[in-house]
Amino acid sequence: MFVPNRYFPPPISQLLGFSASPRLCGLSLRGFFGRSFFLGAVLALGVSWAGAAAEPIRIGEFSSLTGREAGLGQYTHMGVQMAVEEINAAGGVDGRPLLVLAEDTQSKAGEAATVVRKLITRDHVVAIVGEGASGRCLEGAPIAQRAGIPVVSPAATNPKVTEIGDCIFRVCFTDPFQGTVMAKFAHETLKVRRVGVLSDVASSYSLGLAGFFRQRCIVDGVELVGEQKFSGGDKDYRAQLTALKAARPDALFVPAYYGDAGLILLQARQLGLTVPVLGGDGFEAPELVQIAGAAADGAFFPVHFSTSDTSPRSRSFIARYTQRWNKAPTGVSALGYDALNLIADAIRRGKSAEPKAIRTALAGTTGFEGITGRIAMDSERNARKPASIVRVEGGQFRFLQSVAP
Amino acid sequence: MTELLQQLINGLSLGAIYALIALGYTMVYGVLRFINFAHSDVFMVGAYIGFYLGPRLGAGTVWGGIATLAAAMAGSAVLGVVIEKLAYKPLRNRSNLTVLITAIGVSLFLQNAGQKILGANPRAFQFPVPGGGQQRLFPETQLHFRSLTISSNQVIVLAVSAVLLVALWWIVHRTRIGTAMRAMSFNATAASLVGINNDAVISFTFALGSALAGAGGVLYAMNYPSIDPLMGTLPGLKAFVAAVLGGIGNLPGAALGGMLIGLVETFVSGTRMSTYRDAIAFAILILILLFRPAGLLGKLRVEKV
Amino acid sequence: MKLPKSQIFLLVALLVAGGFSAFSGRIDPYILDVTLGVGIAITLASSLNLINGFTGQFSLGHAGFMAVGAYSSAMLTTTLGPKLGASAGVLQWVLFPASLLLGGLVAALAGLAVGAPSLRLKGDYLAIVTLGFGEIIKVILQNVDAVGGARGLVGIPDYTNLFWTFGVAAVTVYVVWALLNSTYGRGFLAVADDEVAAEAMGLNTTRYKITAFVVGSFFAGVAGGLYAHLKGYLNPGGFDFNKSIEIVVMVILGGMGRHVGVIVAAVLLAVLNETLRSFGDYRMILYSLLLILLMLTRPQGLFTWTPRKKSAA
Repeated sequence: MFVPNRYFPPPISQLLGFSASPRLCGLSLRGFFGRSFFLGAVLALGVSWAGAAAEPIRIGEFSSLTGREAGLGQYTHMGVQMAVEEINAAGGVDGRPLLVLAEDTQSKAGEAATVVRKLITRDHVVAIVGEGASGRCLEGAPIAQRAGIPVVSPAATNPKVTEIGDCIFRVCFTDPFQGTVMAKFAHETLKVRRVGVLSDVASSYSLGLAGFFRQRCIVDGVELVGEQKFSGGDKDYRAQLTALKAARPDALFVPAYYGDAGLILLQARQLGLTVPVLGGDGFEAPELVQIAGAAADGAFFPVHFSTSDTSPRSRSFIARYTQRWNKAPTGVSALGYDALNLIADAIRRGKSAEPKAIRTALAGTTGFEGITGRIAMDSERNARKPASIVRVEGGQFRFLQSVAP
Repeated sequence: MTELLQQLINGLSLGAIYALIALGYTMVYGVLRFINFAHSDVFMVGAYIGFYLGPRLGAGTVWGGIATLAAAMAGSAVLGVVIEKLAYKPLRNRSNLTVLITAIGVSLFLQNAGQKILGANPRAFQFPVPGGGQQRLFPETQLHFRSLTISSNQVIVLAVSAVLLVALWWIVHRTRIGTAMRAMSFNATAASLVGINNDAVISFTFALGSALAGAGGVLYAMNYPSIDPLMGTLPGLKAFVAAVLGGIGNLPGAALGGMLIGLVETFVSGTRMSTYRDAIAFAILILILLFRPAGLLGKLRVEKV
Repeated sequence: MKLPKSQIFLLVALLVAGGFSAFSGRIDPYILDVTLGVGIAITLASSLNLINGFTGQFSLGHAGFMAVGAYSSAMLTTTLGPKLGASAGVLQWVLFPASLLLGGLVAALAGLAVGAPSLRLKGDYLAIVTLGFGEIIKVILQNVDAVGGARGLVGIPDYTNLFWTFGVAAVTVYVVWALLNSTYGRGFLAVADDEVAAEAMGLNTTRYKITAFVVGSFFAGVAGGLYAHLKGYLNPGGFDFNKSIEIVVMVILGGMGRHVGVIVAAVLLAVLNETLRSFGDYRMILYSLLLILLMLTRPQGLFTWTPRKKSAA
């Protein structure tokens, strides 16, 4: 699939002065207007671009940069972007710079399949960092699987994602793992006997996580006293919370992204529902505390990466990230950073930038030291790594305990 | 029983906001006979105006909150008039479906330009306290009646909505411009024949409807303090449904429709059927329309040949 | 005579689609993906044109019918396909068209179920009922585990090719065209132009409206089946209100009740959407501005040069 001599100057959007955009975009216009149309512009601007010594390695990225889950995509993208800049500043991979071509899925179904086809056949990428949202990863990844292009998802936790095929990997833990971890934590540490669940009916992530949490609760003999559903972006959860409150639970489990979760925490406290709230990794974002304010205190959730982690590696990452983007990283930024670095590492280990070699090297990852922990791929191509449970205290995420798989 | 009362309060405060947005849809429909799809995005802009101007206008106090609300209403009114002049007025004599497309275009533009300029991430609708910390638009307390909990914000939403509804009723029924609006919605050609400036009335209608949307945006953001550029789409859709349910073009109908949708949603959400909430809300709507084809308070227009 | 000419058109279109299809292996898969998307858009827009353009009804639920077709067709190929043990070729040329037909029929049935009671409503009230139907379908699909629920339906084989896509598009255009140019079909235009007068002339307007609805829904369902086997994945969220609006925009931009205009508008919007991709975050901003601009400069429809006697609105 990879054509070595096929290389084009900077993307059209940049030529036209849209460089304010934080990402690089492919030159897809040429497909419709023919190459000669742009030949003049290409020749004129190509001169200044000719400085690059070696042929860059082209890596694709598809994520939700706009739309309802833009937060997820943008944080991931910033991590990916920073990883590329660092690798290129250090001389690239085996002397070749990396070029990331980012595409937006607009948080919409139906887009992912098209952009992955574009990345593979127009942009000739050799590997893809792809979509933190499980639903859209399930749409885009099968196309890469058929083309034999390896995909590393930063944050798609749904188990179905890596079941697509032997080219699909992830650097995060999975929903069965975090659901079980949180159920065990509720039972053993918080001594919860009665639990209520509030999940998002429109999200594969939320429903999956709720399911695995429920399974473990049944094993532990924790009683499920109430189950309510909302639809992502609802904003008013008082009705569900009022019903849950009437069931008198000891704790609530709310698998949701931070936008919904912040409001749920706030409204739960307003309604006088003061029991501990447990969440999934989707809770992690500074916006959770901004939206919920003091109501966020006492929430528990697992994180891939804790900003209160004091290892030199993490501290250096946080410092560099904060300097680059002027804000603190979140878990998905660190995962995006790790996903790209893992691909770069696989290219180095496999000594080849061919998709097949990258796939083999990725599958053989045993001890990649990432920001989010030591990554080893198991036979299902899932990264086996621990989760850290944090508790919100005074607006900060305080590390409580680390749970190994 | 407590739960029922609590749900009633939750439903009313949600319904009040739907009602405010629905009024804008219905007013524009009354004079121009088309659905202003950009209305829900004016609602979003209203919330953002509140977000940015709040700190300067002293958000966190009662008067600061009122000033912020007024500023958002004024800003939204201006935006509404600008949209009307640029995108709708040139198509005045065209089919109203043509205008519908520019309205969709304007809606998409506001959503996407909003994501670019304001950022696509949800923001917390709250304001820094000078000494550190964060505060809401209005000073907030929880009122407890036995085991019933009412947020002061919910009371404010209901109070402000009631005041605005009365003001609107007064404008439409007791002022010259309001009379002109009613005349125009009855028969635009005849209204212009008796000397009513149709363009002025239309602009005024847009200003009024958009101001209500702006107020709705701020109240919504205050009650659910997470704002993003797509925040208007869902409540906008619900309010649109509310306007039709009440009988589009009918002002009390829109208010009633909004309240009804809010209550139905809340009561369904609190039951085991919560996963089917939107489906049930729409099913009820369809049933009502089958029995009352012009909405709850709308009058069926008999077509004459 | 017009009818033979249109049949020749259909035959030629099918042959061309088949001819190109033979070379699809040589076509860049991304371009192919976009082209197939264009073909599906033509089917969707032409079928909605029958309802919204020619018959003058206002449906906002086309994505709902598309979803019904997409899911039924995908369920057939994913459940029955592996059990048959036939080769991929046989499945693509025998099972796939059968699944498209099934998708269309189920969607038509849904169209009948929605249309029959609600078509006595007028204008915006009908729009709301169809919108509501679309949302109800979405919510039901989200809650049915057998079709993947909110996670979506995965592992749909990629059977959609140039022949089926453009064959369906050609048949849709042909059927709509032939229907309207038949003696019976003149009634659709009569309903759109003046319902009261049409009724006074003795036309059963309700039957016309239901026919338009059922035929339109059928092709929306077939288009849904093509879409499912193009993307390989279905998610209820993809068939929301915005998807319906997308199709409505094509019909209105094409000039409501114009055959060629609507086709060109469908092609234009689908291609525009892809072309603007290279503008990154500015893509949708430019798209919306172009939409406004197109409508302001060509309010009668992009390709409408001669006025129709009376506007359908």
